[in-house]
Amino acid sequence: MSESPLLRVEDLHVSYNTPTGIVNAVSGVSFELGREKLGIVGESGSGKSQTGRAILGLTATGGQVRARRLEFDGTDLLHANARTMRHVRGGCISMIMQDPKYSLNPVMTIGAQIEEAFLVHRATSKTEARQRTLDMLRAVKIRAPERVYKAYPHEVSGGMGQRIMIAMMMIPEPDIIIADEPTSALDVTVQLQVLAVLDDMLSERGMGLIFISHDLNLVASFCDRILVMYGGKVVEECAAADLEQATHPYTRGLLNCLPSLDGAREELPVLLRDPAWLANSEASR
Amino acid sequence: MIDIRNLDVVFGHGSGVHHAVRDFAMRIEPGQSYGLVGESGSGKTTVLRALAGLLDRVAHVSGEMTVAQESLQGQHRSRDFRRRVQMVFQDPFGSLHPRHTVDTILGEPARVHRLDRIEDRVVQALEEVGLDASFRFRYPHQISGGQRQRVSVARALITEPEIVLLDEPTSALDVSVQAEVLNLLMRLKRDHGLTYVLVSHNLAVVAHMCEALSVMQNGSVVETLGVQQLRDHSPQMPYTRQLLTASLGYDRAAIDAFEEFA
Repeated sequence: MSESPLLRVEDLHVSYNTPTGIVNAVSGVSFELGREKLGIVGESGSGKSQTGRAILGLTATGGQVRARRLEFDGTDLLHANARTMRHVRGGCISMIMQDPKYSLNPVMTIGAQIEEAFLVHRATSKTEARQRTLDMLRAVKIRAPERVYKAYPHEVSGGMGQRIMIAMMMIPEPDIIIADEPTSALDVTVQLQVLAVLDDMLSERGMGLIFISHDLNLVASFCDRILVMYGGKVVEECAAADLEQATHPYTRGLLNCLPSLDGAREELPVLLRDPAWLANSEASR
Repeated sequence: MIDIRNLDVVFGHGSGVHHAVRDFAMRIEPGQSYGLVGESGSGKTTVLRALAGLLDRVAHVSGEMTVAQESLQGQHRSRDFRRRVQMVFQDPFGSLHPRHTVDTILGEPARVHRLDRIEDRVVQALEEVGLDASFRFRYPHQISGGQRQRVSVARALITEPEIVLLDEPTSALDVSVQAEVLNLLMRLKRDHGLTYVLVSHNLAVVAHMCEALSVMQNGSVVETLGVQQLRDHSPQMPYTRQLLTASLGYDRAAIDAFEEFA
């Protein structure tokens, strides 16, 4: 991690104008990402997905993104034009969404969708694209790539659908993958198998990963470093291995309120929220 | 309290037949919390629906089911059974009527079962699940997911049931909210001497709530074990062991050893 980071985010704000006033979804998030696995954890509404979307310029219309710095490898993502962003999206940074059922095109074959992702970013022949697609399907451990190539999304299982998403996001060879709850809709064993595929590809290609999840245990065991978000702010940052020693009361509260497989506890400690956790965000604005 | 034997559930007919539950058996003592664990498609929710009599004209159900000495006939359930056995569903948004107020939602089962003092019961049920009276005239979209699930629990309690069937009651909730709902369910069980059947894919939730559990796969019970066996990490069957390993988090080496169970 001594080399310069791939992605720099400094003081990122995302806000929405609503009839009831301004909602600050993200307020003052800063981090850097190298060729590592960074986990962003938090509960719903903590701003973790909004952070991921803002990086790719995918904030919904009506949302305002401000930042002191939002840079990918020297490219300013905040002021980039549409053409540059089209190149960045998929080509440099790509995103794996939560549910393959809703993010794959239902009326296009799987092979055609993956090929499309490749052809948008590379000027090559259709034959090569097809070959690369089949290789990629093999790389994500799909056993019958020829059959899946011709299949439609509704014909495959959830776990396979998510591996297809990974294949599609990997094929233009981006440097960073943003995975927003990529396995939350899957059964535990399938979830881990999909993550293993992702993990192997990341280390083979030396890519960076932002892994957005609500599952603290999974992130702690899968990632290198963790950001804990609450109310649009990063309340704690630590190495994944040190999560057990986390000090922030919110992180501690999240860890303690999980039911455990081993211990018999009558009552789970309930998380008490302290408004002071959000106080210094107001000061920095 | 609950005794199920040779339960089979078959959906569809002809070439589209799907055998969802095969030769299922389960025995639950009064006051026990019993877990049904399995991955999606294992048939755990179908068992719950068959028990509740929700599969009439939906599936072919056969087998013997006895609940509190009452032998159940097919998918027909007596009015008394429907009062004594209540269910809480996974998605609190999908299971509450969007255009009914909390007051109407809670009052309906009381009216159906011709209970007296409906207003008092509604207020009391809300109090029991930790919601104050100001929630009475709100609509489901005006309250949070955790509060909605509390309303679902209150609706189940209003008929003073003996058995509550819980179908993934916390899997749509944030972990901090999950802790609150699990605590609530534990307290209500103590206060009212309830018997729970809890369906979940989360082994930790089942280990926390239940005394015994059955692990299901492809419609059949793979293993029945006491919670201590789960806590000691000493299940007998390879499938259960793999499920347990998987729920302990990401371990690259362990994943390569995963087997396909069919």
